[in-house]
Amino acid sequence: MTGFVDTDQLVSWGRVLRARHDLARPAFLDELPALLHAGAASTGKVLAGGLRRSYGDSCLNADGALIDVSALDRFIAFDPATRLLTAEAGVSLAQVLACAIPRGFFLPVTPGTKFVTLGGAVANDVHGKNHHGAGTFGRWVRALTLLRSDGSHRELTPEDESGLFAATIGGLGLTGVIATVTVELQPISSSHMATETIPFANLGEFFRLARDSDAAHAYSVAWIDCLASGDDLGRGLLTLADHAAEGPLEVAGRQGPSIPFDFPEIALNRYSIAAFNRLYHYAGAAKAGRRVVSYDPYFYPLDAIRNWNRLYGRRGMYQYQSLVPPEAAPEATREMLRTIARAGTGSFLAVLKTFGAVASPGLLSFPREGTTLALDFPNRGPETLALLSRLDAIVREAKGRLYPAKDGRLPPDLFHAGYPAAERFAQHVDPGISSSFWRRMQS
Amino acid sequence: MSHSPLRVLILGATSGIAEVTARLYAAEGARLVLAGRNAARLQAIAADLRLRGASAVDIAQIDFVRDDARQAWLGLLATHGAFDHVLIAYGVLGDQPTAEQDSAAAESIMAANFTSPAQWSLAVAEDFERRGSGSLVVLGSVAGDRGRRANYVYGAAKAGIAALIEGIAHRFAGKGPRAVVVKPGPTDTPMTAGMKKGGPLWATAEQVAVIVRRAADKGGPVQYAPARWRLVMLIVRLIPSAIFNKMNL
Repeated sequence: MTGFVDTDQLVSWGRVLRARHDLARPAFLDELPALLHAGAASTGKVLAGGLRRSYGDSCLNADGALIDVSALDRFIAFDPATRLLTAEAGVSLAQVLACAIPRGFFLPVTPGTKFVTLGGAVANDVHGKNHHGAGTFGRWVRALTLLRSDGSHRELTPEDESGLFAATIGGLGLTGVIATVTVELQPISSSHMATETIPFANLGEFFRLARDSDAAHAYSVAWIDCLASGDDLGRGLLTLADHAAEGPLEVAGRQGPSIPFDFPEIALNRYSIAAFNRLYHYAGAAKAGRRVVSYDPYFYPLDAIRNWNRLYGRRGMYQYQSLVPPEAAPEATREMLRTIARAGTGSFLAVLKTFGAVASPGLLSFPREGTTLALDFPNRGPETLALLSRLDAIVREAKGRLYPAKDGRLPPDLFHAGYPAAERFAQHVDPGISSSFWRRMQS
Repeated sequence: MSHSPLRVLILGATSGIAEVTARLYAAEGARLVLAGRNAARLQAIAADLRLRGASAVDIAQIDFVRDDARQAWLGLLATHGAFDHVLIAYGVLGDQPTAEQDSAAAESIMAANFTSPAQWSLAVAEDFERRGSGSLVVLGSVAGDRGRRANYVYGAAKAGIAALIEGIAHRFAGKGPRAVVVKPGPTDTPMTAGMKKGGPLWATAEQVAVIVRRAADKGGPVQYAPARWRLVMLIVRLIPSAIFNKMNL
């Protein structure tokens, strides 16, 4: 098949799932229609992908064709007056920042890594620490172009009445190939962040603190020591932040060390994870208070270590991110933390955040009002899967949902329960496009 | 840089290494002229480079194989004025088995990788020598260092352009201008689409572009990208034919 190369063992970010693909990496937008056509005609299923930061199977298309758009990384236009940036879908958030910061602008919403593409940010309707005020990334998308496998070419805006725009935002790349994205940036007067860290002793305190302080700050997120139990259950650190009013407009270009190989699994065990969590808690508590830091360590601490996912060893890891509605949040979150503490397999970084009431624009957008908990677990096989199933039961009971970009094993029934718009969404799926995730949800 | 922006001409600006190199120039605030065949692709790259910091970007539609090099070069000078740096980055890999049977296919590999860049280099050299300044950087290839059955028509053309640029560098010696041939090893670019990539031999376009950019300012007339290829190719050239013939390269 012209333009595609047989590539075995393509791996997603969690490094648990590997699959064979016919892979193409076009350099120009004008190559996309032919590749989409050829891929759909020969394998019957094509998927476009970016920097493969999704952890599970939503960015894989096992035994199908994958169009890697990461070389479609050109800016098209930027107008400081309207704040609208238009770019090819393969432009990474890191590149957007490099272009925007010197001009006094910033991403409207950013996830915890800058190594995702604009197309990926749209397809997963990513969220960030400012969800309570800004909502999801998709809320700031003003236009996008979508190529369909029938050769058609759609210009979509939020005013689109066909439902295709709403299906494409958070649509996991299934509605067509996202070719270009227009997003509204936010003005900043400094690339520094004014942060404040407040330790909390337990979950009850977290909910009180978040309720009282989120509204006054653009960004808010909490880290939880998920191995603490008993009276300490849910102890952690809440970090509030705003773009600093004064300071330089500096692109942080530092590239840290890389993890060159898979760590031996023994490196991450309950003792090392517990020790890390304890250390992080006390170091954080000691630094509690106000600081001014560059945006880069604030938003992207893990980007400083390239291939940090290899820390979890050859068998990889699961990331598990749940969302439970406000009324069920305190009890469900407590129950999940109790379950994890009991299992003792621990998570390096447990992140807790209260989502605001801002509506998400996508039919399959993950964020909605409630509390989200994100956890990393080294893959220990059946033992880990059993723990995740116990967490599933809590999420199901609380009428919550899981983030498809994350774990790669989200059970179909929990997906359909959590995303009531999934049936409406399915009508917009491009018949030539599919993914490992989507096929699993249909089974 | 406080002085006026560098004036840079890139021939074959839609090639992978050229575009990444152009981004390095853009970040310095250079004024760029992008030449190539596909105007729509050149426009897309130009818009991108403007947002990446270039102080001006123009495009020039040129078919390097068909158009007369000297005339096209004089046309560019008349439109844009003198250039500080000229990068010649176009080329085609071609298909060796086809080239062995089809003389038109062989001819087009030789034209794109030798005849045309050689004519352009000679035209640019004349202008640079007269002005007593300017940097000419041309992309060669490690494939030109020793012919091997997999791609020797391409390799021979790249060997030819390398010898020509070495000659121009010799002619320039002590007069001010520079001429450099940069020889990349296997690089992950659209030119090598369809090949299995990865492993220690492969470099990214970004790694090569940094060397190409620096070559315009300093270093000898023959530079390898990445630099380790200098040693590798020295060894490859020293392998006796009796052994080389048994190797599957």
